[in-house]
Amino acid sequence: MRQTNLIRNIWLGVENLLLHKLRSFLTMLGVVFGVGSVVAMLSVGEGASQEALEQIRKLGSNNIILSSLKPVEDEQASTTRSRMSIYGLTYADLDRIASSFKNISHVAPVKLMRKEARLHDRAMELRLVGTTPDWFELVPREVVAGRVIVPSDQDRQAPVAVLTEFGARKILATRSTIGQTVRIGGDAFEVIGIVRSETSQGESMQIPDQNVDIYIPIEVARKYFGDIVFRRTAGAHEREKVELHQIIIRVDDAERVEATAAGIESMLERFHARRDYAMSVPLALLKQAEATKRTFNIVLGSIAGISLLVGGIGIMNIMLASVTERTREIGIRRAIGAKRRQIIVQFLIETVVLSTFGGLIGLGVGVLIPFLITYFSGMVTVVTLNGILLPLFISMAIGIVFGLYPAMNAAKVDPIIALRHE
Amino acid sequence: MAAESSTGSAHEIVRLENARKIYQMGAEEVRALDGVNVSFERGSFWAIMGPSGSGKSTMMNVLGCLDRLSSGAYYLDGKDVSQLDDDALSELRLSYLGFIFQSFNLIPQLTVQRNIELPLYYLGWDAVRSARRAKELAEVVGLGDRLNHRPTELSGGQMQRVAVARALTNDPQIIFADEPTGNLDSATGEQIMELLDNLNRQGKTIIMVTHEPDIAAHARNRLHMMDGGIDRIEMETHETDEPYQEYLARR
Repeated sequence: MRQTNLIRNIWLGVENLLLHKLRSFLTMLGVVFGVGSVVAMLSVGEGASQEALEQIRKLGSNNIILSSLKPVEDEQASTTRSRMSIYGLTYADLDRIASSFKNISHVAPVKLMRKEARLHDRAMELRLVGTTPDWFELVPREVVAGRVIVPSDQDRQAPVAVLTEFGARKILATRSTIGQTVRIGGDAFEVIGIVRSETSQGESMQIPDQNVDIYIPIEVARKYFGDIVFRRTAGAHEREKVELHQIIIRVDDAERVEATAAGIESMLERFHARRDYAMSVPLALLKQAEATKRTFNIVLGSIAGISLLVGGIGIMNIMLASVTERTREIGIRRAIGAKRRQIIVQFLIETVVLSTFGGLIGLGVGVLIPFLITYFSGMVTVVTLNGILLPLFISMAIGIVFGLYPAMNAAKVDPIIALRHE
Repeated sequence: MAAESSTGSAHEIVRLENARKIYQMGAEEVRALDGVNVSFERGSFWAIMGPSGSGKSTMMNVLGCLDRLSSGAYYLDGKDVSQLDDDALSELRLSYLGFIFQSFNLIPQLTVQRNIELPLYYLGWDAVRSARRAKELAEVVGLGDRLNHRPTELSGGQMQRVAVARALTNDPQIIFADEPTGNLDSATGEQIMELLDNLNRQGKTIIMVTHEPDIAAHARNRLHMMDGGIDRIEMETHETDEPYQEYLARR
């Protein structure tokens, strides 16, 4: 069997398409936009989900975060009269959790309050975090200067404070501030270290740290500031008694995170009459986010698929017209001795060249769009290798699928009739 | 694949035995070829003549392996090709036959060189050899300086020369010419006929369809058709008129 060289065939196809430059270009546009939108959408979607996943990972994928939550009834009551609402996680909860589950490797209790921190003549309201040394295991942060809270600080109930970089900057604390005294709510604390702060977005995610935190040992926080918080809003006094604002738990094995979370949940239910706490499991969020991403990809994929389909139909339409227009040429080729298969190959190659070329241009457009989005809006976009290869492969496949029918039509041309028609 | 003809002689290149081609036009049956028996010798120059509807085009298409018989046998170079499939017929056209048409049938978007090269492309020749062959043939037909022109830039006579060159590219056994001068003025037509005469002198078998007696006069044998059958045969070079009698007897 005689073989006609594939590269020569492709070159002839290109030559033929170049004869009608504008027509070829317009025919390609459908695929250009189809592929462009696929690439752009995939990269925007990928960027968004990577950002979400990153945030969840920051929470620690083996962690379970319990937070105190003011019950809805209390919220309404406090607006009408002045009384103390008592709710939230307790020291007893902490002990029970720590002693009941053997899969737990770390538990860190957290007391939160807003206090004014004063260094020399700079004052700033910061979020005071009373916690244990385990905190720094659970929410690891780079130490910029000095050290973090250690068990000995806890044992001797030392009035020591660790600043976050961002908070430190607000009160003009620097490296040299270590060892100096910062006054928090009137009491003196020794600054022992500064840690890197992470910019976190949205408390909805219940990210346990913020960038203006100041950390002190929890026993010290309890001794100095107590469990009762006063708040004065719109003329009404509001008093709250919350023992612990958060409990962060690390499970030793990712496989057991969800089971442990369920165990803790049922335990808390037994001891809390009202639902005055919330539980968040980053791993569950992670799984949920991944499921969301899959759904997102399917939706994007279908939209992009439709635009590619439209592009393919456009190509098919033009190729059908081209076959009709070139009936005579086909007849000549057949009379000279071209086999049906060779006619099919000729037209198929033309379509594939057209769609692949459209795909390549579309790829350029599709990579440019996410780049511009990132440049102008700061949104994270990620162009993955799959995000490039898949649309390119699809555009070639479109050439074959939508080129086959016109090519078969071309091969069906009867040379006798084709040569007769003027 | 093909059987030897029982009656074919060594000089014979085409032979139709009881050839029938029947078209179904709605309810009506059209007998384009109705039991034709004919035999052409290698190196002969035949003109097939007759009024339109006489079956001369169908005859040409069948002999040129473009169409298949409804029944009967067609021996090409001693082999029965009447049962071959489309691919095998394409292969025969590619390697054995050359075609010249009334309306030239060049591919307009290709240059003269590319048009001449076309059969070689399907024969799988490489580009360099093809180009050399195309140049040779363009010179044979007197268009060596027009290789890079497009057909639209040529006169009718020049286009037909390109077509002749293309028909020669694969060094065919038989050249089929369908009204080769039909679209040309008489002077240019004469030039094309001279080309064909030369080719015949060099030993090529030529089968030509025409209705012009002047043009048919170039052929040494003339086959007149009527109603799908052979009306009469004129053979200039044959010593005896025995085959003619034979044909008549077969009718």
